[in-house]
Amino acid sequence: MSSDNIRYVIVGNSAGGTAAIEAIRQCDEKGKITVISEETYFNYSRPLISYLLAKKVTLNDMPYRKREFYKDNDVELILGAKAEKLVTEDKCVILSGGQKVPFDKLLLAAGGTPIVPKIKGSNLDGVFTFTTLADALKIEEHINNHKVKKAVVLGAGLIGLKATEALLELKMEVTIVEMSGRILSTTFDEKTSSIMRTALEKRGCGLFTGNTITAIEGENKIEQVILKNGQKIPAGLAIIAIGVKSNIELVNETPVKTNRGILADEFMQTNVKDVYAAGDCCEAKDFLSGANHPIPIWPAAVRQGKIAGFNMAGSKKEYRGSFAMNSVELCGIPTISMGQTAVEEKDYQVLQRFDAEKNTYRKIVLKNNRIVGAILVGNIERSGIYTGLIKDRVDTTNFREQLLGEDFGLISLPEEYRKHLVTGNGGVF
Amino acid sequence: MGCRLCEVHCLVQHSKSKDIIKVYKGKEPKPVPRVIVEEKGYLSFALQCRHCEEAPCLEACPTGAMYRDKKTGAVLCDEEKCVGCWMCIMVCPFGVIARGQETADREQTKIVSKCDLCIGEETPVCVKNCPNEAIVCEEIE
Ligand SMILES: Cc1cc2nc3c(=O)[nH]c(=O)nc-3n(C[C@H](O)[C@H](O)[C@H](O)COP(=O)(O)OP(=O)(O)OC[C@H]3O[C@@H](n4cnc5c(N)ncnc54)[C@H](O)[C@@H]3O)c2cc1C
Repeated sequence: MSSDNIRYVIVGNSAGGTAAIEAIRQCDEKGKITVISEETYFNYSRPLISYLLAKKVTLNDMPYRKREFYKDNDVELILGAKAEKLVTEDKCVILSGGQKVPFDKLLLAAGGTPIVPKIKGSNLDGVFTFTTLADALKIEEHINNHKVKKAVVLGAGLIGLKATEALLELKMEVTIVEMSGRILSTTFDEKTSSIMRTALEKRGCGLFTGNTITAIEGENKIEQVILKNGQKIPAGLAIIAIGVKSNIELVNETPVKTNRGILADEFMQTNVKDVYAAGDCCEAKDFLSGANHPIPIWPAAVRQGKIAGFNMAGSKKEYRGSFAMNSVELCGIPTISMGQTAVEEKDYQVLQRFDAEKNTYRKIVLKNNRIVGAILVGNIERSGIYTGLIKDRVDTTNFREQLLGEDFGLISLPEEYRKHLVTGNGGVF
Repeated sequence: MGCRLCEVHCLVQHSKSKDIIKVYKGKEPKPVPRVIVEEKGYLSFALQCRHCEEAPCLEACPTGAMYRDKKTGAVLCDEEKCVGCWMCIMVCPFGVIARGQETADREQTKIVSKCDLCIGEETPVCVKNCPNEAIVCEEIE
């Protein structure tokens, strides 16, 4: 096989997969790219499904790349087919219909699957997960068909809160049930959880923390849920959002190593040569801890897909790692949280400021004088400056007092670093 | 020197009528300036989108609103596609992407606002109107 027609195969047509296509085509115009997707939609933005449900966008707004994208990039798109088996010795994947797709370079960008706990009645009509466009459309249809006014959301993580945001927008009565003691416990600290809790409750949203659903009841379709504390909540709709697990089945009977996700090295390659992984299905380097860790967010999937694509096409690029970051707006209050935010250990220093009048909150977490986490509530303008300081591991000793200021800006930074930013050509990574 | 003329020219340029009187007299919504002036003591500088080669906002944008203009290389935001998720604000190390303007007839517009190098103009207005020639626009290879 000559080098000008390498066969690239990508499993998954979402953030990671499309970023890889773009990177491959920057280096290799001739290679054959085949993308396999279990979903039948041509291309859509997963984070937009909550906006679709809230009717803030329409189906036409869902694609994040133009219709011509696959044609322009000369990509063969196999939709509605599942890659069922990976045969690493023969370098091929076998699809649900039996079709054998050989590859020279393979990227697994298969994302994740929502976890559904064993709850009595979870198979009733009106109980949904919320991770795909199809889910959003089914939920919308269910709401319309049954004139649903009351909903329960199980899980107050990112997806549960995004679902809540949408349902509140639809003027529904929403109750959140969360196992942990507070909402978004993975990226919010206690203060932020409590500010947002107050805002949600003010808006009329029910919130049960330290609780869970033990049964869903109804005849054919959901009518009420029973909580652990015995309380009954009437609901015509339940959204289960307790978490997502990495899709690793495809490599289960192969030599490809996994932990919670498919393990990838700093070139996004797995332990098997020519097999790469990116996005929610994979565990790559966490920028802050240095260890492999799943970081299931859009920007990380894009970054990893891009790095994988470059390396697959022979242009060596190293992945420096990502860290968790979220932007969530609830009840009109924007929040941004990034990195390590709820630390207790002694070797972290925490700066924080709460303005009760404006209902704004800002917290910066430092380790060895370097920022490792931040939270902004209410006023999120220019929050990316903190992201940059985390990525560049800038020593903040000389400007620490200014870090919490509403007017914190580049002007507060050491001259050297500021000049590098202001007069450089950008591109922190 | 912190005269903030660039901010004035920028927001007028991005207003509906491009008429300074109408904008400042409140006859129409006053946009957020897309150039930020930072000042402290004697130090001041103007800052707008660097149109980064490896732009973090392009990677973070989940809607495809943020894109690179093929002809000019500028990083632009398609306001039709932007939903105001603020992911770009979260990752921009310069802090030069802002939430859209609040206007009398509309609540906070859920779109971001950033430098577009004054599409259609030969030179961005902040560059053209800087009395000190402190703002320059040059291509970096
Ligand atoms: C409601 C919601 C809101 C979100 N909001 C945000 C947000 O605001 N910010 C943020 O950063 N992130 C957000 N996320 C997370 C973000 O969407 C994901 O991190 C991102 O989509 C991951 O991209 P990916 O390419 O790794 O995988 P995915 O987007 O999960 O795509 C994987 C694709 O692979 C397909 N696939 C899987 N296995 C196979 C197989 N064997 N054969 C063929 N095809 C297969 C799947 O069907 C799927 O289409 C949100 C997610 C959800 C659900």
